Formats: sequence, C-alpha cells, structure tokens
Amino acid sequence: MTATPLLEVRGINKSFGPVQVLRDVDFAIYPGEVTALVGDNGAGKSTLVKCIGGIHPIDSGEYHFEGTPVSVHSPRDASGLGVEIVYQDLALCDNLDIVQNMFLGRERRNGLVLDEVTMEQLATETLAGLSVRTVKSVRQLVASLSGGQRQTVAIAKAVLWNSKVVILDEPTAALGVAQTAQVLELVRRLADTGHAVVLISHNMNDVFAVSDRIAALYLGRMAAQVKASDVTYAQIVELITAGRSGDLGLTPAVADITNGAQS
Amino acid sequence: MTVVTSAAQPPVEAGEERASLPAYARNYVARVRGGDIGALPAVLGLIVLCVGFGIAKPVFFSAINFANLFTQGAQVTAIAMGLIFVLLLGEIDLSAGFASGVCAAVLAVLVTNQHQPWYVAVLAALVTGAVIGTLIGLLVAKVGIPSFVVTLAGFLAFQGLLLVLVKNGTNIAVTDPVIKAIDFDGLVPPVVGWVLLVVAVVGFAGVQLMRRRKRAARGLAAEPLSVIALRVGALAVIAGAAVYVLNLERSRNAIVNSVRGVPLVVLILGVIAVALTFVLSRTAYGRHIYAVGGNREAARRAGINVDRIRISVFVIGSTMAAIGGVIAASRANSVDPNTGGSTVLLYAVGAAVIGGTSLFGGKGRVLDAVLGGALMAVIENGMGLMGVSSGIKYLFTGGVLLIAAGVDALSRRRAAATGLR
Ligand SMILES: Nc1ncnc2c1ncn2[C@@H]1O[C@H](COP(=O)(O)OP(=O)(O)OP(=O)(O)O)[C@@H](O)[C@H]1O
Ligand SMILES: [Mg+2]
Repeated sequence: MTATPLLEVRGINKSFGPVQVLRDVDFAIYPGEVTALVGDNGAGKSTLVKCIGGIHPIDSGEYHFEGTPVSVHSPRDASGLGVEIVYQDLALCDNLDIVQNMFLGRERRNGLVLDEVTMEQLATETLAGLSVRTVKSVRQLVASLSGGQRQTVAIAKAVLWNSKVVILDEPTAALGVAQTAQVLELVRRLADTGHAVVLISHNMNDVFAVSDRIAALYLGRMAAQVKASDVTYAQIVELITAGRSGDLGLTPAVADITNGAQS
Repeated sequence: MTVVTSAAQPPVEAGEERASLPAYARNYVARVRGGDIGALPAVLGLIVLCVGFGIAKPVFFSAINFANLFTQGAQVTAIAMGLIFVLLLGEIDLSAGFASGVCAAVLAVLVTNQHQPWYVAVLAALVTGAVIGTLIGLLVAKVGIPSFVVTLAGFLAFQGLLLVLVKNGTNIAVTDPVIKAIDFDGLVPPVVGWVLLVVAVVGFAGVQLMRRRKRAARGLAAEPLSVIALRVGALAVIAGAAVYVLNLERSRNAIVNSVRGVPLVVLILGVIAVALTFVLSRTAYGRHIYAVGGNREAARRAGINVDRIRISVFVIGSTMAAIGGVIAASRANSVDPNTGGSTVLLYAVGAAVIGGTSLFGGKGRVLDAVLGGALMAVIENGMGLMGVSSGIKYLFTGGVLLIAAGVDALSRRRAAATGLR
C-alpha cells in the first residue's frame, strides 16, 4: 500500500434487531482514487455506507479519518468531516427546487434571512462545473426532473461542500446509456480532483471502467479489498457470489460460518 | 480505464423563461394547466360568491357589512394561519378549535374573575396556547402517537377543560376596554389607515425591487419590472379599495357616534400574516418545515432536527389558536362553553384547504389561510344575509369544501402526470 487511507473503518458490526447485517467489516478509502464497493443484493453495501454517513449508529468498530479516530453519530458529524453520500434512494425533497435541495440543512444566510442569491449562484456554478447541461433552470422543482437529472442534482449536492469523500450508492442503476456514461465520467473527474470516491454498483463493466480499487462484501463480511489492476472480472464475480476466489477472500471456514449464520 | 469524455457544454441557464412579461404570463398559464393552481380556486370562488351574494342581497356590499366580514372571519383566519404550519408537515390539529376556547377562558377568568390587567390575561392565554402546542408536539414527535389521535383526544379534553374553566356553562363576560378593542370596537383612524396602506405598498415594492437589483447585480435572471409593477399595482388597488370602503361612515347616527376606519383586528392579523410569511419563505426554519413535509427522511439526512421542527409547528398552531381565542372573546364580549366550538375548527381546516394548502404536507402558504378564511367569512355572512336556515348553510359550506378538495385532488393528479408536483 503506497497511500494512507483518508477514511478507514475497522471491525464494524451492525445489527438491526436480531439480524446482524455487518460483521467485522474493514474498509479503507483513499484520496484521488475510486473505490468500488460490490456485493450481492442484501450484502450490506448500503448499510455500510449509511454507517459511514452517520445515518445508522454502529454497534462496535473504529472510525478513522485522516489517521485519527473520530466518532460519527449524525449526518452532521459526517458532513463536518467532509464526507458526502449520494444515497440509493436519492433523498431529495420533491416539493423544493434544485437550489433549495442542494443547500438543504446548510442554507446560506444573511443574519436571519436566507441568502437566496448566493445559493442560486453557487448551485449554478457547481452544476456548470460538472458540465450539467440538461437542467433548464435551477429553480425547477425536483419533482419535475428525470431520474438522471435527479441523480445529477444529488451528486452536485455532494460536491458543493468542498467534500473530501464522496460516496455514491448505485448512481447509475436507473440511468440510460448516455447518462450512465456522464455519471461515470463525473465519478472519475471527482477522483482526479483529489476526492476519495466510493462507487457502489452491480455493473462490472462500470466498476472496471472507473475504479482503482475494488472491495467485495459477502453476506455482511468484507471478502476482499484489492487493486482493480490485480484482479480479473471473473475473480470479482466469484468474490461476490461465494465470498472467495482462489487465495483471495474469506477462508473457507469463515465463508461457511457466514453462510450458516445466514441460512 | 476508459471514460467517455464529452465536449464542452453550455452552462445551466437560470430561469431563462422568465425574461419578459409575456413569457412570464405564458409560464404561469402553463403551470396552472400543469396542475399547479395555487390559490386560483379560492380567488375565483371569492369573486363568484361576492358577485352572487351582492346581486341577491345588495346590502352585502354595504360598508357596514364589509366591515362585518372582517371581524366575523378573524378567529377562523387566525386559527387557519397556525394550521398551515401543521398541515405543511402532513399533520393535523383537530384540537385547535377548543384549544382556542380554553385560551379564551384563561383570558376571561384572569381579566374578569381575577381582575388582572389585560396584558397579563392576553399573555397568559398565549402561553397556555404554547404549552398546549408543546404537549401535543411532544406526544406526536417523541412518543410517536399520530397527530390525528393526539389532537382528537385534545378535542375532547379541551372541551371538558373549557367547561371546567367556565364553571359548567356560565358565561364569563369580558368587558375590559382594551380586549374589547381587538375585535369588537377597535378601529384604526382613517388617516392612519391610509398612511399604513402607503407604508405597506411602498414596503412591498421596495422589497421586490431590492431583490431584483441584487439578483441582477450577480448576473442572475431577474423578474421583469412590468411583473413587479403589476403585482404592486394589484396590492395597491385591492388593499386601497378595502381601506377606502372601511373608511366610509358606517354609523346610522354619525353625529352622535361616528364609526369609520379599518377594524383593528385586520391590522393585527395583517402584521401576523406578514411575519409568518417571512418565517416560512425567508428563513432556514421555514425552509426546513417544507423539507420535513416533503420528505422527512431526506430532511433527516440533511442534518435537520426533524423532531424539533415537528414540535415547533404544533406550538405555532396552538399559539395561533390562542390568538384566535382572544379574538373570539373580544368579539363576543364573553367566553362560554361553545367558544371555539361548533364549526370553528372545521372552518379553519376548510379555509386552509380551500386556500390551496395540501393535507398531504409540503405545500401551503400563509396567504392560503387568509384567502380561505375570507371565503369562509363570505359564505357565512352571505348565507346569513339570505336568511337561510342553518341546515342549508352547512349543506352549502360542505359542498364548497368538497369542491375545493376535489379541485385540489384533480390538480394534484394532473400535476403528478406532468411531474410538477
Ligand atoms: N433499516 C433496516 N432495518 C432492518 N433491516 C435492514 C435495514 N436496512 C437494511 N436492512 C437489512 O440489511 C441487509 C443489507 O441491506 P443493504 O441495503 O445494506 O444491502 P445492499 O448491499 O445495499 O443491497 P442492494 O444491492 O440491494 O442495494 C438486508 O438484509 C436488509 O434487509
Ligand atoms: Mg443498497
């Protein structure tokens, strides 16, 4: 490992009632790199990301940011560190417009009054910086946007804040070919500008197209986190479906225990 | 690693559609067609009903009746303004009517039975409202009981509390001159009325022009001057006509006792409406209310303290109900077990909905309560003048409410189809 991780979690456990969703998960994110997080449906990808984002409190485990241990209990803590997440269920307010959504919870103010002019200007600049051309007006209600446009707004919202870590949970799942290409380009550009980017995706072509590292979750355990250039397509698929591939991944014993715990 | 690169793209153009008056008008028509009708039904309803009642009973347009309209509708309008905040979260407050009765009773007991000064009594009534709202809010947000159930219980309990406060049905007279002035005989002197009107219109124009200049200075699309002029002109004409009529002599015996001027309660409600509108549309708190009403989970993830917002809207709702109670006590010169009872709550909810506020949350303005409250007052007043029985009156009011809700539902369906809302 050359670089030190910007954000790292170690030994994360998370249960919802009796269901343990994450078991001893280690996960590291590096600046300037795209880390793909893969795994089958229900493997716990979204849950891991929500733990990192402070949406779900973790049961146990360590959370390190820039090498120092931190505690993250709320979305505010996470955004305070510069961690921004684009959730799978986008979490936009349909009844608000693009600017209002992008600044939600962090409105610019002049004393008591909202500084609409500055917010609109910054929102417009951010969208322009991301080369977004499909949005007609930043004062459009989000309800009137297409799926791809909503995704764009959610990503723009995440990069608006000089964020250091941007996590995208299946950003291309609902998109057409052209829009997927645009979003992937955006993801790559974020990493090239120094962000630490996490991309969750089920599409292996997308994963191999943009990512530097790949982390595979298998039934709530981190099967492996490897450099994209060191593995093949087939190995990743095996990690996703069986938790191991050759000498990569969980040891057979652990994989069996994991399996047994689930069934 | 292959990434598709696209050529340089033009930046987002902010609000290019709003460049000129015709474009602005086209935009508005398109929005209405698309189902974003706003307060249009309430405005059209007001015009139709006023013309109808005016033709059937010319006395409807007399100066004295016009003044009555305002004093009659004041309590319902005040409660409706508070309900807007509750409805914006998709919650409901069924207890607002009797909460306003309880607060009125607190006022009456203090000012009449305990001989306290008026300001102590009014303050106690408002604090009672705030406490009631806090209680409801805590039960809804922290305990997790649906607001419908909590406030239904409140509806019954406050009815009981009101009976206890007025000692099982005796009515408590409220004769304090200051409290009576609020919605009984308090008038703004005609000259002061005109001055306030000018201040309001100039202030409104000033705010709009300043916003326009600030946007233009930063290179953002600004509204055309003609649109602003139209809006300011409309306010000046409508408010000016109202002040003119209210400044006409309404006394039958003007030499002995001249009755001219805007009722004080109009000024009070006007100031409150402007303040609440400011809170909703210009502060972060107001923005967060819309956010929680539109998508509670998104608001939570944005770091908004959702529980605090939910509690606060009930506090505002019940405090506005308390103001409604003070107004009712003033207008009737007394408080009895029916203050805030019978149709008050239903009219207030009806006013908000007819004005264009959605029961599903996320959509509504303080202005809706004012327009809806006016519509309710016109119906109540006009039907009274026609001399119809209570039965017919309720049937008619129910019909109007149903039509309003129907228009809302249809426009929402249309809006869903066009993706506007
Ligand atoms: N709030 C919750 N309460 C209870 N169980 C939950 C909750 N959220 C997730 N789970 C469970 O945790 C497991 C992992 O879910 P998660 O959403 O993290 O999967 P995922 O890897 O993101 O899957 P997908 O690819 O389908 O998005 C699932 O079994 C799910 O049912
Ligand atoms: Mg998921």
